[in-house]
Amino acid sequence: MSKQQAIEALEKALGKENVITKHEDLVTYSFDATPDLPNPLPDVVVTPTCTEDVVKVVNIAREHKMPIYPRGSGTNLSGGTIPLEGGIVLSTLKMNKILEIDADNLVAVVQPGVIIQDLNNAVAPHGLIYPPDPGTVSTATMGGSVSECSGGLRGLKYGVTKHYVMGLEVVLADGQVARFGGKTVKNVTAYDLVKLFTGAEGTLGIITEIIVRLIPAPEARASMLATFDKLEDAGNAIKGIIANKVIPATLEIMDQATIRTVENFAKVGLPTDARAILLIEVDGIPEVVEKEAEKVVNVVKENNGKIKKAKDDKEREDLWAARRAALPALAQLKPTTVLEDATVPRSKITEMLVAIEEIAQKYNLNIGTFGHAGDGNLHPTILTDARDKEEMERVHKAVDDIFKKALELGGTLSGEHGIGMAKARFLKWELGESGIDVLRKIKNALDPEGILNPGKMVSN
Amino acid sequence: MSYLKNYPEIENEIIKCMRCGNCQAVCPLYKETKSEGAVARGKVKLADAVLKGELQYTKDLAKIFETCLTCKACAANCPCGVQPDKIVLAARAKLVKERGLPFIKSVIFKGLSSPGLFKTGMALGAKTQGLFFKQTDKGMSPRYPVSGLELRRVLPKLADRSFLSTAAEVNKVDKPKMRVAFFTGCTTNFIYPQVGEALLKVMKHNNVEVVVPKKQHCCGVPVLLHGDAETATEMARSHVNIFSKLDVDAIITVCGTCGESFSKHYPELLKDDPEYGEKAEKLAEKTYDFAQFLIDVIKIDKTALKPVNKTVTYHIPCHIGRGMNAGSQQIELITSIPGIKYNPLKQPDRCCGGAGSFSLTHYDLSYQVLKHKLEDVKSTGADILVTGCGSCRMQLTDGIAQEDLPQTVKHTVELLAEAY
Repeated sequence: MSKQQAIEALEKALGKENVITKHEDLVTYSFDATPDLPNPLPDVVVTPTCTEDVVKVVNIAREHKMPIYPRGSGTNLSGGTIPLEGGIVLSTLKMNKILEIDADNLVAVVQPGVIIQDLNNAVAPHGLIYPPDPGTVSTATMGGSVSECSGGLRGLKYGVTKHYVMGLEVVLADGQVARFGGKTVKNVTAYDLVKLFTGAEGTLGIITEIIVRLIPAPEARASMLATFDKLEDAGNAIKGIIANKVIPATLEIMDQATIRTVENFAKVGLPTDARAILLIEVDGIPEVVEKEAEKVVNVVKENNGKIKKAKDDKEREDLWAARRAALPALAQLKPTTVLEDATVPRSKITEMLVAIEEIAQKYNLNIGTFGHAGDGNLHPTILTDARDKEEMERVHKAVDDIFKKALELGGTLSGEHGIGMAKARFLKWELGESGIDVLRKIKNALDPEGILNPGKMVSN
Repeated sequence: MSYLKNYPEIENEIIKCMRCGNCQAVCPLYKETKSEGAVARGKVKLADAVLKGELQYTKDLAKIFETCLTCKACAANCPCGVQPDKIVLAARAKLVKERGLPFIKSVIFKGLSSPGLFKTGMALGAKTQGLFFKQTDKGMSPRYPVSGLELRRVLPKLADRSFLSTAAEVNKVDKPKMRVAFFTGCTTNFIYPQVGEALLKVMKHNNVEVVVPKKQHCCGVPVLLHGDAETATEMARSHVNIFSKLDVDAIITVCGTCGESFSKHYPELLKDDPEYGEKAEKLAEKTYDFAQFLIDVIKIDKTALKPVNKTVTYHIPCHIGRGMNAGSQQIELITSIPGIKYNPLKQPDRCCGGAGSFSLTHYDLSYQVLKHKLEDVKSTGADILVTGCGSCRMQLTDGIAQEDLPQTVKHTVELLAEAY
């Protein structure tokens, strides 16, 4: 009864066109890109068009004790948008305006439903870029990527989403609207609440406006592909490049399993007998790029690697085609793809890669690993079939082992996907009881009734 | 067994989807509606729920599966190689089986599947269209609201005489290099007979003998796209009968959807049929879009082309590009003509929103999709908008008339014929 009243109240507040209740439609909002999780149905989906609408939804939700699950494009890999306990899915997709591009201050102001690539396209004529580039750059929303603090291929040099969020407008669980941060580079006013809500996975408030930092687009770039017969050599080359004071924009690694799968699938001319390949791109001022590329070539050679430098855009495209084919190629092998993002300090990359190979053997699983070697963020990708219960049990055990190993090496559970539902059970391994207690206190302070994205990261 | 008849066969297609959402980036309908039900992964999820028995066949479910252009953009962009258009077709077929066709559709399809009836209807239509449609500068506009049609929609005039009623059955040349059968398709036969005539002219100049089987009829894909796999199978059998008897080197088409009917759908529909399955495969192997035939098979002599001094742009029909893989050959033909200035569209392969009868059943949504194409066309400054499909041509002509744009729309083969 109460649910029906809530739906009527939502229809009255937002208009019927912004309230979805048909059973078939609800099914399509029961999931996101995360495999192997329950997909319960929400009671209703709302599509607010402005901050005031969001406030109305929050007030109605509180009154009727219904949880709210903020959702952008639903492309996250943590189960962050799954409506675990029923209730209201709040889609930000109709709040998709780029409100301002302020080239003088190198900032843009956007609504949460803006697609990342659309922002990039809009700032390109100003000679600017918004650097965070998760694999979902052409589908994910700004609100979603700020909430999950997504990363991408350029993390090593340019950092991740949180390094570019300068200000936020947030609707709190009590219906208040709060604004933090702004357009200034320097801002130490009070607690750093911009950082608190960035990566909060929608558990503390609903982001309704975002101010992001932009940077000048690099003038030139050089792309290189290095191949190694030994994993250790690849690891040492990664260390060597950084030791030579070169910070590449991209420093990607692919293990042998991935190389072979990619080559089999895309026929891009990768050496299938290589143990590992690195895809390296340096960017910046032309003179600097040339010098840095030279250093990279030398380091690779010193570490017994072979290196190929792209001569033109066409060759660069070919190199990138191999990297882009990694996930698709792996994904085509088996019906279910479990993509993890365990992350270790850069110096431990080799150890982590070896450990993942051992785990694959131990549980007799097909695991291909690729990822952002430069920032220690690996993507062990387990290829399996969700219908095979016995194998899925081994998959779960392997995932446990992967995370244990990453933490043992001084790493973290998640480099860029977030915790959500998928990794909540591992949280105490990294944070301990005291750490989780801090999370819980923050959650209780800001959302005492637990209506914001319950069941994700931390519970009240 | 064919996925179109045995729904569980589609399970393998469904399980491949990892729900990444990459389809959102390219789905023209998702871009307009922002609704998860509009995009491929939402439909895959629904199909999955149906398979698992969590969802019933309802009117609302049918509506969601009807909301798809079958433009295949999602399939082309899918990292897992899922072909969501197959899932959509299978779901539509299953829905029709469970619920039956809506009355109006069943009447139309009965007409399409019965060549005689359809032809009589269309011939009658050509003679009586003045009663129901008023002539405007750019085409015909319905005088009365007709089911599924909007008053403002500009429809092309039906040809006074259909192509099949005027064309010779065998079009001989002096020293034939090859002998082909021409499958005309409905838009060429009833609305744009000049496309058929242009094809005969081009083939003649290339020393190719063309057989035009008079008994051919609608390819059946419109019926299949609406889920009536049974009727579509009957139509497939009929065409396999007609075309298997001919002693020809190839079957050529001037419409991507018609081409796909021979190259993909007939073998799929008939694969469990011992008698017809193999025959359909054989026909499929020698089916080409006319541009593929000219470029890849007979290697057209480009030096024989005379100048055509026009600025043109080209819209790649979804079923020509992603369907038949013939987009690049069509463009090659256009750019081979001396004097042609080719200004490409920014997104040449983005669906125009026509999608056959989708433009009738979902006029507003279809027009929203079309608007992006028209903006793109406008910015090229072309005199002629060339395309390789009659259905796209109808849609584009409609938009150009509504927006009062200066371009005329032509089929690729018509432009090529002007160069001889």
